[in-house]
Amino acid sequence: MKVLLSGNEAIAYGAYAAGVKIASGYPGTPSTEILETLAKYDEIDSSWAPNEKVALEVGIGASLGGARTIVTMKHVGLNVAADPLFTLAYTGVNGGLVIVNADDPSMHSSQNEQDNRHYAKSAKVPMLEPSDSQEAAWLVDEGLKISERFDIPVILRTTTRINHSKSLVDVDIERAESSREYEKDVQKYVMIPAHARQRRSNLEQRLEALAEFSEEFPGNRVEWGSRSIGFIADGVSYQYVKEVFPEASVLKITMVHPLPKRMISDFVEQIEKVIVVEELDPFIEDQLKAWGLPVVGKRLIQGIGELNPETIRAGVMGDADASASLAAADDIPGRPPMMCAGCPHRGVFYILKKMKLMVAGDIGCYTLGVTPPLEAMDTCFCMGASIGNAMGFQKATGRKDVVAVIGDSTFMHSGITPLIDVVYNKGIATVIILDNRTTAMTGRQDHPGTGKTLKGDAGVEVDIEKLVRALGVASVQVVDPYDLKASRAAITEEIAKDEPSVIIFRRACVLAEKVTGEPLMVIDECDSCKACMQLGCPALSWEADRARIEPSQCIGCDVCGQVCKAGAIVKHEQADQGAGI
Amino acid sequence: MSNEVRNVLIVGVGGQGIILAADVLSNVLVSAEYDVKMAEIHGMSQRGGSVNTMVRFGNKVYSPVVEKGQADYMLAFEKLEALRWSDYLKPGATIIMNDETLSPLPVLLGKAEYPGDIEEQIIAKGINLITVNATAMAEESGSPRAANIVLLGCLASLMPLGKDVWHAAIERRVPPRTVEINKSAFEIGFAYISERATADEALI
Repeated sequence: MKVLLSGNEAIAYGAYAAGVKIASGYPGTPSTEILETLAKYDEIDSSWAPNEKVALEVGIGASLGGARTIVTMKHVGLNVAADPLFTLAYTGVNGGLVIVNADDPSMHSSQNEQDNRHYAKSAKVPMLEPSDSQEAAWLVDEGLKISERFDIPVILRTTTRINHSKSLVDVDIERAESSREYEKDVQKYVMIPAHARQRRSNLEQRLEALAEFSEEFPGNRVEWGSRSIGFIADGVSYQYVKEVFPEASVLKITMVHPLPKRMISDFVEQIEKVIVVEELDPFIEDQLKAWGLPVVGKRLIQGIGELNPETIRAGVMGDADASASLAAADDIPGRPPMMCAGCPHRGVFYILKKMKLMVAGDIGCYTLGVTPPLEAMDTCFCMGASIGNAMGFQKATGRKDVVAVIGDSTFMHSGITPLIDVVYNKGIATVIILDNRTTAMTGRQDHPGTGKTLKGDAGVEVDIEKLVRALGVASVQVVDPYDLKASRAAITEEIAKDEPSVIIFRRACVLAEKVTGEPLMVIDECDSCKACMQLGCPALSWEADRARIEPSQCIGCDVCGQVCKAGAIVKHEQADQGAGI
Repeated sequence: MSNEVRNVLIVGVGGQGIILAADVLSNVLVSAEYDVKMAEIHGMSQRGGSVNTMVRFGNKVYSPVVEKGQADYMLAFEKLEALRWSDYLKPGATIIMNDETLSPLPVLLGKAEYPGDIEEQIIAKGINLITVNATAMAEESGSPRAANIVLLGCLASLMPLGKDVWHAAIERRVPPRTVEINKSAFEIGFAYISERATADEALI
């Protein structure tokens, strides 16, 4: 039976069918739904790790223990997990190990669009790339087999278009059974220099064997058509090429590292003009040129952002009209994402803006604090960066009005070690932890601070207050961010201190707990000062000369009520009693 | 079945039930034995961002994304989003548009104006525009949240597939306790366009 599955659902199904027993990862768009789907299978132990490095280390242990294993993360997550990855290539595996790594060309939900195909080359591991959901499912199985056969981890690299597009997948496969015994082998698994040197040369032999395998791998194949023009394409680019140039010859690359040199050379020899179509960097093109093959690529095909049929047509045909038609009508008001009505982050950013502090930001929904009208953020680099950034900035400038803002899940991911640095090296930055009891940005996943596991079991909650005190932070406050007066008082007090301090703003995400409450309304006392409009709440709009609250959106958090000096934002019952409206 | 690939866009604002509508449509097309691909982008916005879902079907579909100027139909859950994505439609293609306006942040803040002439702009592009008060029609079915399925019913009446496959797909894809409301919403949307078409013919 064929059913429509997203790339992420297909990868989960492929992992199930291939007999995967252990799965770990950290949420990150566009990879998140893989583990969420896997969690539905009782046969698979799937869990959220605090970060990607831990996820991969758990995966390595599981593989050594003999289980087929899958580890999932977004592209920047592999930066975090790169440390174990590079040594894992030396040791190799026991049970098959596939690392699913989701790139995000065009940065739909990311801070950069790094091309993670480079990781395969630099870490010296094989990489597979699906071009639709059926292939995604198949390549999990193939990847695990390659991993076991060549004693090496395999990266399955996807892009947003593969993860989040749906296509038909055959789901009649029975789950395979596979497990291996663990055999202690210190030469292979204990990477002291003497052992690592041996594994280093052994790795080259494995790569040579993999390069040979790549020639025979059925995922790499030529679809012959016209010999006057031919394309070499990987991932979703293959689909676009087939769409735009149905008559052309196409060499589909599914194992992007190591590349099948003989197959490619033979193809290039038989085609008059060969164009390499790949998203982001000239990864394939550069290798082909290093081999002396006469191909073109980035001279015609853009190297920034996602490709699509139009950009490829325009690039290859030199069609100016096609690129002109891409210009969007720019007089249409944009619809940027915004913090939800009642979001507990809103009031904190409103205060940070009013206090004109230097705000080192981090990765999460709260990064929206940079957008108008809040505009209360100075930096955003990567997961956990805010605290170190605040520390360095404060040391360089001597300023005391520096705060780091980080979410609860991001703090668990990589906020603890920089906070240790602040304590250890006598920093005085104030760290604000926005504890909304979930990983909100990626769709509300649990994390160690909530104690609930991916499988839904309740467990021990990491107590952030006790944790930061144990690290040596003496000044710690827990504040309700809906209380603006208390919030402002806490920030004012903590930034004045010459010691590290932490303020935990604790209130659950309005989506996580499906919070509803009695909506507020604007009464005639409104003096048109527009203070409430500085909150950027989607429930508030400006109509003619006064604010209006959309009752279907408002949850009654009363942050706007506290901002309103005229006392014009009230509950409906107060309005009835008061002005007699 | 011809080799031609048909393209449908479903657009609106995050939280309006767009993905579910695209999911039901895709399942109907799979039941009708088409090759189907569906592309969506979700991420940054839990809520409130512009959402665009693309469904392509035919004998063999390669690209999951629709090219500009190639869409046959659009279901628009919100008027500004209909205008924003209208460049994707072929001349003569049809937009079924919910008569609903949701102001984006720049408009809420008074920094931009919500266009007052969306219908005129769309019609000027040579597009066949059908405006539907789907939210009010959904209320008739029992829940304003079923506006997405009302719009799907409108689309269904323009497509050559039996009603039974649509009902079956709704049963499979919507939450069990909302099946009856959604089926009723579908029928209301279906009947609205069918009756309108009959009325148009009567005029001719």
